[in-house]
Order: sequence, then structure tokens, then C-alpha cells
Amino acid sequence: MNLPNAENLIESLKNKINEMIDENTVLIGVQRGGELILQKILPSLGSAVATGSIDTSFYRDDFSSRGLKIKNKPSKIDTEINGKHIILIDDVFSSGRTVRAAMNEIFDYGRPDKITLAVLIDRNEQELPISPQICIEKISLSKNQHLELVLDENKKFTFQLKESHV
Amino acid sequence: MFNPQLNNKGNLNHLLSIEGLSKEKIIQILDTAESFLKIGERDVKKVPILRGKTVCNVFFENSTRTRTTFEIAAKRLSADVINLNVATSSQSKGETVLDTINNLIAMNADIFVVRHSSSGAAHFIASHVKPNIHIINAGDGNHSHPTQGLLDAFTIRKYKTNFNNLKVAIVGDILNSRVARSNIHALNILGVPEIRVIAPKTLLPDEIEKLGVHVFYDIDKGLKDADVIMMLRIQNERMDGIMLPSQEEYFKTYGLNQVRLDLAKKDAIVMHPGPMNRGVEIDSAVADSEQSVILPQVTFGIAVRMAVMAILAGQHS
Repeated sequence: MNLPNAENLIESLKNKINEMIDENTVLIGVQRGGELILQKILPSLGSAVATGSIDTSFYRDDFSSRGLKIKNKPSKIDTEINGKHIILIDDVFSSGRTVRAAMNEIFDYGRPDKITLAVLIDRNEQELPISPQICIEKISLSKNQHLELVLDENKKFTFQLKESHV
Repeated sequence: MFNPQLNNKGNLNHLLSIEGLSKEKIIQILDTAESFLKIGERDVKKVPILRGKTVCNVFFENSTRTRTTFEIAAKRLSADVINLNVATSSQSKGETVLDTINNLIAMNADIFVVRHSSSGAAHFIASHVKPNIHIINAGDGNHSHPTQGLLDAFTIRKYKTNFNNLKVAIVGDILNSRVARSNIHALNILGVPEIRVIAPKTLLPDEIEKLGVHVFYDIDKGLKDADVIMMLRIQNERMDGIMLPSQEEYFKTYGLNQVRLDLAKKDAIVMHPGPMNRGVEIDSAVADSEQSVILPQVTFGIAVRMAVMAILAGQHS
């Protein structure tokens, strides 16, 4: 199938985020895709903005069945988030479970005024009453297809589709 | 070879000793500990990962500090913690080790942190429990203290970045030290090219060279150009005149003072597993100097123990 052009989607996402940010905004990237997007758009945003990154490994609801992810990175939220507007950035939105875990972790750092979820792609697989406020494209995939944002050798973002055989 | 620490998928099911761990497995634990270290810097120092699990600290031999760090680690993972000082309870009433453990399993404990004065105690327990129960060795006799070996490796990596050009000197009672054994194994697996042990003959086990270490009886020679100095505790009960003449005599010949520390590299770090005897194995000023990383070791120890518990609890056979 034809996958959307990742660079174009990131550009559109950047424009939408740019319209929302003010001095009260904190941008938080969900590792790993969301963090990659954040690092890519950060230099070309209209104004300086506080940032952080989050790894949901210790907050996931599937720990008891899947265990700890082998490669986990520390979450890094060094900035004050009490009373802030957090824009949470991720590459692909599917069930909503990662976002739930990320929000639980965010509330261990403080009490933001508002959280907005911004993603490139929504897979239409929502399992929880959580959905993105900013979404550039919606596509439907089958459950065994894993869509991932990767940075290729030319430093260009592309989407990769992997199929797992169950 | 049968490795009682691993489950049928080759994953870590118990942590019994450093021997038998691959370099990749140790690095995975250290990397995970790095993530947990960040949790300890937050206002809310807790994550929900072991919510609903029960960690049981079973100490057949007393140790307030190790038990406390395991307890804090488990609580920061949101586990329920039970501390059992078996040295003063059921054992004295005649119950066997396995009966004690089985009673705790019947109370639905998931992870056991075990310290025992007999070498091999944790292996013995691990080989008799159901696959979904995890055992962590918190020190068995003079055999092994794997979480100490891991936290020391974590500390070295923090200050020295990598292992493959280091000279590490371990000083003191090697003979009776499970910490020294675990450290020697960990440093060998991680690729430290030069491990030195410095001690009087009476405190060195026979054939220690077979573990891949260089033996020094003279501390001044042994410390020359070292990057890392690990001091070991001299247990007061060894000072009976058979092993060692006196505390003063030991301090004079093997104690780490500033003059000796200056023989090592300028940026050498000084480590100690605690509790330390100031004025016996280490001079007070050195223990408090800028080169001392003894207190950071304690902080890192909690993160490393959180990592071990989280990795073990995620394994299913």
C-alpha cells in the first residue's frame, strides 16, 4: 500500500502546533517517534518553547503480560508543568493506551491546565475514550501491521510498515 | 549449561550471581537503572509498574542498609513490601529455610530478596520454587552479592563512561568478601582490562589469580595509576590477631590515605560498599574528599535494585 509522505505530514503538524503555542506551552514528545518529530520541528518553530520527552515503559498497562521493554530511555521533563498547556506529540495513534500511560506519568510531574494530543497518523483503532485533537491523516491498517516512523540514511523521515505473523 | 537464573526462554528469572550473566544482560540492567535513577529525582518518586505485587525481604542474616535499599526500591515500584528478619524469628523455632519460603509463597509473595550466611542459599531456594516466583540474592555467605556488583559497575560507568581502558584496584578483605567476588566477575564480563586485588596474604583466597586479577601485597604499587579504587570493609571480627594484628596496624599498611590516593590517577574515584570503618580501611578525609563516590553509590544502588526487580517481575515462563 502507499504510505503517506512523512516529511509532508511533519510539516503540516508543525504548522498546526505553531498556531497553538504561546509562553504557557510545553511540548512533550513520546519516545521514540514523537521525540524524533519534536527534535525535527523545534528549530523552525516561531518562538522558543519549553520541551520534554517521555518514555511510558514504567506506566504501561501491558507490563504483566509483556514485561519491561528491553530498550527504555529515561523520561526527561525538567521544566515546570503546573498550570501549563502541554502538547503531547506522537507519530502514530492507535489504541490510546500509550497516551493513557503518558498522561499518568505527566501527572506525577505536576498538574497541567490542559493537554492536547498531536499526531501524524490516526489508525482508527481507538480502544479508550482518548483521541487526538490534532491529526494530519487517518489510515486503516490490519492489526498485524506495525507502522513506524524512521529516519533514513539521508536524514529524511519515512514510514515503515512491518507485518508480524501471529 | 544449566543456568538456574534463566527461564526456558533464556530470560532472567532470578538474580543469583553475576557469573552466568551475559554482557548484554548486564548492560540492559544498567541502562534500565539509568531510567529509574531519573524517577528518584522527581517529586513523586514512584512508578506503578509493580502495583499489586508483593516483595518479601527475607534476611537470615542482619543487614539494615541493604534491606532498606531493597525496601525503598520495591516501594518506588509500587510493590507491597514485607520485611522478615528470620534471624530473630521462625528459624530460631526450628523451621527450615524452604518451609519459611513456602509459607511466604502461600501468602502470595511474588519476589523474594534473600540474604543468608551460607553460600548457595539463594540458588537452593530458587531451584525449589515455582517458575513465577523470582529470587534475588542479596548476599550469600562469602559467595556473591550480585546487586552490589551491578551498582558498582553502574557507578564506574557513570564516572568513567566506559570499561575498556580502566585499571580497577580492589583493596582489603578479598577472602571473606562476596562484594569482591561479584565485582571481579562483573568487571571481567564488562571488559575491564586490568583488575588488581590488594591485600595481605592472610586475606586473599588461594588461586585468586585464576579469576583474572593481578595480586599486589604492597598497596603503594597496587594503586599506581589506578582509575577506580574499591575499598572493602574490614570486619571487626577479623581483628582477633590471627588474620590481622590490629586496626592501627592495618590502617598503617593497607588504609587508604591521601598520600596513597595521590599515587592513583588524578581523576581516580574512591568507592566503598559500606558500612565503612573510618580510620581502619579508609582515612576520614579521603572518605569525604571530592574523589569519593561512596554516597552516590547508595543512590545508584536503589535505581539498580529497581531495575532488577522490574526486569524479573516482567518475566513469565
